[in-house]
Amino acid sequence: MNLQHYFQQLSTDYTLLIITLGTGILGGLCGFLGSFAVLKKQSLLGDAISHAALPGICLAFLIAGVKDTHWLLLGALVSGIIGTVWIQGIVSRTYLKQDTALGLILSLFFGFGLLLLTFIQKMDNANQAGLDKYLFGQAATLMAQDVQIMLWVSLISLFAVLLFWKEFKILLFDIEYAKTIGLPTKYIDIFLTSLIVLVIVMGLQTVGVVLMSALILAPAAAARQWTNKLWIMVLLATLFGALSGISGTALSASYSQMPTGPVIVLSASVIVLFSFIFSPKRGILMREIRFRKSRRAIKLNKALSLMYRIASKHENVLAPHGKRMLNDFKGYSNVIFKKLEQQGLINYRQNSWSLTEKGFEKAANLYNQLGKDE
Amino acid sequence: MNLEIPIAVAIHDLTVAYNHKPVLWDIDLEIPEGVLMAIVGPNGAGKSTLIKSILGIQKPLAGSVLIFDQPFSKQRKKVAYVPQKGSVDWDFPTTALDVVLMGTYGSLGWFKRPGLNEKKAALEALEQMGMLDFRDRQISELSGGQQQRIFLARALVQQAEIYFMDEPLQGVDATTEKAIIKILKLLSSKGKTVVVVHHDLQTVPEYFDWVTFLNVKKIATGPVKHIFNDDNLTKTYGINYKVSLQTK
Repeated sequence: MNLQHYFQQLSTDYTLLIITLGTGILGGLCGFLGSFAVLKKQSLLGDAISHAALPGICLAFLIAGVKDTHWLLLGALVSGIIGTVWIQGIVSRTYLKQDTALGLILSLFFGFGLLLLTFIQKMDNANQAGLDKYLFGQAATLMAQDVQIMLWVSLISLFAVLLFWKEFKILLFDIEYAKTIGLPTKYIDIFLTSLIVLVIVMGLQTVGVVLMSALILAPAAAARQWTNKLWIMVLLATLFGALSGISGTALSASYSQMPTGPVIVLSASVIVLFSFIFSPKRGILMREIRFRKSRRAIKLNKALSLMYRIASKHENVLAPHGKRMLNDFKGYSNVIFKKLEQQGLINYRQNSWSLTEKGFEKAANLYNQLGKDE
Repeated sequence: MNLEIPIAVAIHDLTVAYNHKPVLWDIDLEIPEGVLMAIVGPNGAGKSTLIKSILGIQKPLAGSVLIFDQPFSKQRKKVAYVPQKGSVDWDFPTTALDVVLMGTYGSLGWFKRPGLNEKKAALEALEQMGMLDFRDRQISELSGGQQQRIFLARALVQQAEIYFMDEPLQGVDATTEKAIIKILKLLSSKGKTVVVVHHDLQTVPEYFDWVTFLNVKKIATGPVKHIFNDDNLTKTYGINYKVSLQTK
């Protein structure tokens, strides 16, 4: 099957449609809530939660003995929350910083999870096959019921964010100030974090514990590049997330041997990479161009102001002067003379230059302004 | 002290500790209404902590704080806070006007969005701080001094009776310092109470009329004219400070 084939199939193949819808909604929701996680500086928390979910999945299976998705995800939720609480506990009770606590809990829980997984796989239980899919996710297991749950969580999240928009915003920007105007920051924080934990757990089935956090932070990081407005950032992150989800599914359905979860995350990464390089305000490319432009402008201004100093010592300020001195002693190349002539600031002859009236005026202003600043 | 002047902030036996070390010890402090007060003291003296404890950001170990005879939780609308500039991430995706509008959130209450009136108030505050032209600027594109003025504008919008400011003059340019001092004096002339954590001892007599010396314990509090002297400076900073009093 190729991409074209995929889109043709979409209208007839119900399973494919459900999976596409599911990954699209999941991606969008991750981008939506991920914006808040990233701005709260909690992008790594997502990583810890998703890794911490693995032992929960395994224990839930061991207790129930069946591979029911909802039951397993409930286990993931519980152990994810325990992991989060432990991280906060370590930060508040020891001298360890957040990143250290995250790393500790992440590896502790994930290691324990892998141990349980190996143990389960060696058991004589036909049911256990496929539990390891939670490591990297498998979108193909998505069912209409799962998509329905995702839709509900999306609606709740959307409603909550619309309702508490300004409360969320001030909490993210300036939590201490938010406290002084009487916001119950602790509860808003718990609420927001719960939504983020919920979406992470929901995504485990599709993207897996290892890569889940990428889907939380990648769309938000990409969106931040394109705008300086919070609501546009949230909107863009949602779009980027949905796009990653859908294109990941489309690609992995079109070419055999392509796992959905990693392809979704790679799609998101492509968007991030593109945004980092090409966004007009914050992108690396435009920044470099702007940087070079302004350096060139400063250099030209410097040359012009030096010319002004030379010219203003003479009675006729527009009189020609030899260029040798500027070439040899000050290191200004002929390119600079040509650039200044192009801008109509000087007249440039074979071996001499003279300021034009426009050039004189500009240089005089430049000179005064510089003087004022100092 | 003149008994007829009401007390804006009354602090009794306030003790605050992080971990095992007290940061503030048994502070008794009364701030009369309408004073323009500097809180001075060395690093780690608990100046910021004192303000944060008054505003309920930091939970005290013991003691009480009353704002116009009532707990702070009942007087929030009478109090505005200017946090240290470094306490937030200025790369947050928002504009100068947006930050100033946050000053209206407290009086708006839940769910309601800032409307025309709030926007008007925010624009006025921006103008007062000489920042009107920068209203649509992304906040990371502002200079440090301009960011500080945005924070001040946000507090002005709150139309409070008492203003707490944490080092508003730290690391700002001369233009900003002038603009801020002008606003402080204006607020003071309108009878507002202004409490400022301050680090530049040289300017205390010029800018403020009251001063509190703090170093974990309260060393002294009162009018600058009476208590801003070598004795108190030495008690607070532990070394002999020679600061000439430039009372006008």
